[in-house]
Amino acid sequence: MPEITYREAVRDCLAEAMRSDPDVFLMGEDIAEMGGSMGVTHGLVDEFGKERVRNTPISEAAIAGAGVGAAIQGMRPVVEIMYQDFITLSMEQIVLQAAKHRYMSGGQIKVPLTVRTQGGAGWSPGAQHAEQLEGWLCHVPGLKVAFPSTPEDARGLLWSSIYDDNTVVFFEHRTLYPIKAEVSDTLEPIEFGKARVHREGSDVTIVAIGRLVHVALRVAEQAAEEGISVEIVDPRTLLPLDEDSIVNSVMKTNRCVVTHEAVTRMGFGAEIAAIVQEKAFDYLDAPIERVGSRFTPIPFAPVMEEYVIPHEEDLMAAVKRTVARG
Amino acid sequence: MKLEEATRLSGETLLSFLEEMLLIRRFEEKVEERFRAGDLSGFLHVALGQEAVAVGVCRTLETDDVIASTHRAHHHCLAKGMTANALMAELYGKVEGCSGGYGGSMHLYDLANGNLGANAVVGGGLPGIVGAALAFKMRRQPRVAVAFFGDGATNTGSFHESLNLGQLWTVPAVFVCENNHYAESTPSRDHMPIADLTRRAEAFGMRSIVVDGQDVEAVHAAATEAVAHARAGNGPVFLLANTYRLTGHYVGDPQVYRPKGEQRDLRATQDPIPRLRELLGVDEDSWSALETKVAATVEASVEFAKNGTDRLPEDALLNVYA
Repeated sequence: MPEITYREAVRDCLAEAMRSDPDVFLMGEDIAEMGGSMGVTHGLVDEFGKERVRNTPISEAAIAGAGVGAAIQGMRPVVEIMYQDFITLSMEQIVLQAAKHRYMSGGQIKVPLTVRTQGGAGWSPGAQHAEQLEGWLCHVPGLKVAFPSTPEDARGLLWSSIYDDNTVVFFEHRTLYPIKAEVSDTLEPIEFGKARVHREGSDVTIVAIGRLVHVALRVAEQAAEEGISVEIVDPRTLLPLDEDSIVNSVMKTNRCVVTHEAVTRMGFGAEIAAIVQEKAFDYLDAPIERVGSRFTPIPFAPVMEEYVIPHEEDLMAAVKRTVARG
Repeated sequence: MKLEEATRLSGETLLSFLEEMLLIRRFEEKVEERFRAGDLSGFLHVALGQEAVAVGVCRTLETDDVIASTHRAHHHCLAKGMTANALMAELYGKVEGCSGGYGGSMHLYDLANGNLGANAVVGGGLPGIVGAALAFKMRRQPRVAVAFFGDGATNTGSFHESLNLGQLWTVPAVFVCENNHYAESTPSRDHMPIADLTRRAEAFGMRSIVVDGQDVEAVHAAATEAVAHARAGNGPVFLLANTYRLTGHYVGDPQVYRPKGEQRDLRATQDPIPRLRELLGVDEDSWSALETKVAATVEASVEFAKNGTDRLPEDALLNVYA
């Protein structure tokens, strides 16, 4: 099995989709010659030309909205919002247009648009280039939301996003682009709403998304050395959500820690906690813990940034508190 | 009638425009009446006075050309081929409505006739029109996408981003600004630092055409030119139609912001329907025949709507996802 980076996984999927389907095309800021600010689309303009790898002005509303309009005509545009912080400038088109056309039209219209975006802290860009806003999008009926944590999942979920007849907001994490992992020989689409259990365990379930999946894997290793058996469930798509896999895991381990890089308050983890207590209340031996960023903007000074975002020791502490309650 | 000598359109065509405009007028008046009677829910914006823009533009379009409309949409919908029945049934929230009861007055869709939807976000439909036009261009289809919007929308970021992108990519789009001189209650002088809206399009290097929006023949001629320009691959056109709203922003608007007598004066001088009737020299008998015909269509639409199928509450859960 070949080993590729998360960045290459996204690029390979885009290339394969464009090779096989003239309706797939890309729009975004600096995505052509520059290959995007993260280099994800590097080289694609050489193969597919500027008609299909379209550099746009810095106009996030028009980028998303042009995607909406082209998608309604049956094309399968993939638009890139350079940083997810800037998706705030596209929110009207994503939330009020893309997500609602189908519903408001009584089912006449489909909007098969994919909005790729990336972000995440850990490199001191300050407060406007490092937020995690997946929770905002998960609050919108009509949208789907994917947040892959591995190359295999990035490739397979992006394919499914492109071929979904709904608008998908596809979150990539900046710090995951260089990670390398084995992928299957050929691109395997991954169905939405199916979690991946990265590690089986019996004492506590960690539900992790994005970068925190990798943090959780390291924490599980440490915990094992201390005799704590951790199970890691990565929902991969937040909307739709594989509730069963999460609930079944908690029914087995009787404990649950939820972790993501977004701020804890009103974050995606709050929804997971609510679902778990509703569906597995009698199985819980400890309160559900949430590990996310502190409720501040992302600060610049590395020492402060480090303090705000969640790390292995935060997750480890939550695991230990949870297990101690048994 | 000696119209053929004076105009490029036949008297027969103009008479059909008159009928369509009158249908819109009587439909809108019926909507006001049924709303006041308590039949209709929600938020209604009628287009009394703006009929000529919708008819003049939409009659230049093919069925597979597309439009995006605004919160004030009934006239565009009827002009782009929606039946009065489907529109009225939607206002009554029925299954038979153009949006199946999911949309309402501000979310009217008719995909089969190229109507991509009314839009309750001012300026919200413009980026999508650029995208639709881009799709036509990329697929080498000779189709045109038309955005309707008001003067108020030209202050939104979506307007500026859309015109910039549309012109940059020379997509086959026409941006029709229905300048009715009010953004809701705010007169143009209080929401724009310039008087000439074409300067906004010129800033993007976009061709502009200005037309009297109360003269349906002039609107049709201007739109024909604009649509031909776009369809030929020459890029978008900004079509500025100066028009007047002969009523409030919404049904029930007390219009405290209007100068006294303005509405009365506008109705006397800027109503596109008597103007066309006069031009065509329609006599009393022909006029009352037209009124009777239009009234029958409108009444039938109310009957159709009232007898339509009610949605079940739990139907609310359908159509969220494809």
